[in-house]
Amino acid sequence: MSTAPTSGDPYLVVDDLTVRFPTADGLVQAVTGLSYQVELGKTLGIVGESGSGKSVSSMAVLGLHDRRSAQISGSIKVAGTEVVGLSEGRMRELRGNAVAMIFQDALASLHPFYKIGAQLAEAYRTHHPKATKKEARSRALEMLERVGIPQPDKRIDQYPHQFSGGMRQRAMIAMGLINDPSLLIADEPTTALDVTVQAQILDLLQDLQQEFNSAIIIITHDLGVVAEMADDVLVMYAGRAVEYGSAKEVLTRPEMPYTWGLLSSVPDVAADTNARMIPIPGAPPSLLDPPSGCPFHPRCAHREKVPGDLCRTELPELLPAVHGEGHLKRCHLADPEAVFAAEVLPEIAPEMVEEKR
Amino acid sequence: MFSFLVKRILSGSLIVVLVSVMIYALFWYGPKSPALELCRRDTNNRCTPAKLVEFEDRLGYSNPIYEEYGKWAKGLVADRTIIHGTSEYDCPAPCLGISYRDKSLVTDQFKERFPVTVSLAVGASALYLLIGVTVGVLAARRRGSVADKALVASTLVFSSIPYYLVALLSFLILTLSTSVFPEAKYVPFLDDPLAWFSGLLLVWLVMGLYGATAYTRYSRGSMVEALGEDYVRTARAKGLRMRTVVTKHALRSALVPVITIFGLDVAFLLSGTVFTEKIFSLEGIGKWGIDAVNIKDLPVVQATTLVLAVSVVVMNIIVDIVYSILDPRVRLA
Ligand SMILES: Nc1ncnc2c1ncn2[C@@H]1O[C@H](COP(=O)(O)OP(=O)(O)OP(=O)(O)O)[C@@H](O)[C@H]1O
Ligand SMILES: [Mg+2]
Repeated sequence: MSTAPTSGDPYLVVDDLTVRFPTADGLVQAVTGLSYQVELGKTLGIVGESGSGKSVSSMAVLGLHDRRSAQISGSIKVAGTEVVGLSEGRMRELRGNAVAMIFQDALASLHPFYKIGAQLAEAYRTHHPKATKKEARSRALEMLERVGIPQPDKRIDQYPHQFSGGMRQRAMIAMGLINDPSLLIADEPTTALDVTVQAQILDLLQDLQQEFNSAIIIITHDLGVVAEMADDVLVMYAGRAVEYGSAKEVLTRPEMPYTWGLLSSVPDVAADTNARMIPIPGAPPSLLDPPSGCPFHPRCAHREKVPGDLCRTELPELLPAVHGEGHLKRCHLADPEAVFAAEVLPEIAPEMVEEKR
Repeated sequence: MFSFLVKRILSGSLIVVLVSVMIYALFWYGPKSPALELCRRDTNNRCTPAKLVEFEDRLGYSNPIYEEYGKWAKGLVADRTIIHGTSEYDCPAPCLGISYRDKSLVTDQFKERFPVTVSLAVGASALYLLIGVTVGVLAARRRGSVADKALVASTLVFSSIPYYLVALLSFLILTLSTSVFPEAKYVPFLDDPLAWFSGLLLVWLVMGLYGATAYTRYSRGSMVEALGEDYVRTARAKGLRMRTVVTKHALRSALVPVITIFGLDVAFLLSGTVFTEKIFSLEGIGKWGIDAVNIKDLPVVQATTLVLAVSVVVMNIIVDIVYSILDPRVRLA
């Protein structure tokens, strides 16, 4: 077994991760130079639009990419063990065991032909080869109960299509947690669920995290989810980190126009009616032929504020932000705080501007 | 399940009846008199119009069609006596009539020939699945590799050669000139299983390998699709061995579309394999049917068509049942 890290050491350290897929149309640069880390007991939220590389980067942690086609470089250390280039056999020991992943779209991610209980028991027996079928089943039952599935003794013998969307997601979580993983990656665990169920699922994840002190990565489009769950936030755009820091810093003092755009596009039902939802104009860039310079520049409303043609010609580095320790941003703007306060905040949260006056 | 079976058997019977009526009508209203061939043979090619009418009377073609069809259909469940001119023939139920060619009972002929066809079908279809699906799955796992590309190309080339040519060449080379395989012959399985096996081995290989090329392509395609499914990724993320992922999670889904094609193929195999039977001189349903069509032997044509109709209906029911076993979302109704 790999050595357990002393408390405080990050459990997962991703360093300069790059994932590329050669395709008939060219090289898809799905993830480029990505670095982040997660400690036990902490939650990292990864946000970004569709296609920004959130799933691809997390799947690399479990070594789920096709070895023959995906080009992966950089380093991913799980509890100190390097997993990039790790043998398939060693990788299998980690998967579903120390590191588990809950995939987006639970209906498609559960096998339609097998009963829920059988799918859970299989996950358990894979890593507990000595366990009997009966033990695995009672463990599956226990997990279904723990994630709050009503009548688990009945549900255990049902098929995924007989479950509701929320229950399927719970079953996925139960399957992910069945071997007490130290790191749980939840890929959009609440997308496509209604708001109440969404809140229940998030509560469930938080409870389980407190119980087991595991590290969680939660992938989402929804900054609301991040605000509720995450200690740290990583904002991805076109396969790169564009802003990274503690959730508090990134959500209250964002310094990258893309993050501002994400904040403006959060539909916040509970908030003041003055708040407006403004989608980011334009479409995510092509990963086959990314834009020159800052990949966000074609959609950026503030690129004129940067002298010269810098945004179009030069990729900004991921550098410490003006504010906050460990807060990183990738942007050429000289004084992002001023722009945010003057132009963005009044749009997204007029009441906060009032308060400050 | 029970109501499904009842429903499907009823609708299947309707199809079989319609097919048999159609065959009857085709003979009855076809351009040439169905008695012509027999008349020519029995009169040494001096079939005068008067003689022809006599033969038509004898075979019942001067009666109304529904009356004759009724007699034939009744014979399926009740014994009947068939009168051809002055001769009478006893035909116990299930009576399929008597062959125009040699006045033998069609039912007896069927009983003799059907086991040959069934034996061919069993061996060939087993190879379709064994070889076709195995190779298809292996190719899907190595998708895009040189071996995969070469395999797909070679199956395409192989199946673009006409089947009769493959069968004929195999017979000429492997049996006639080199005797690697003994001459094909049918020995009933219950008489001597080993002789049954060795007598048909070459024929199975020829049919099976040729047919398997298509199965390689179907199952490769459906396997590639299955391997891309989200639940296969989930299976890998659980830490399962690739072998388990492939066989337990992907293959089970990949088989579903293959089973449909397989069901129909088995139905066609059961209704006879004309080229195979002709080339390897085996007395099965296919050759029987073709010979009967050539001499307008209505009772035999009717019988062989029924075999096809019944096989298609039965195989479709079986396929649906297998579906519902494989996929719990499918409800039999
Ligand atoms: N196997 C692959 N081959 C080629 N391209 C791929 C492959 N897997 C992913 N991609 C591409 O990589 C990019 C990033 O995909 P990814 O699934 O990580 O996005 P995402 O951020 O998870 O989006 P979403 O929010 O829609 O789930 C996409 O453009 C996708 O098309
Ligand atoms: Mg995704």
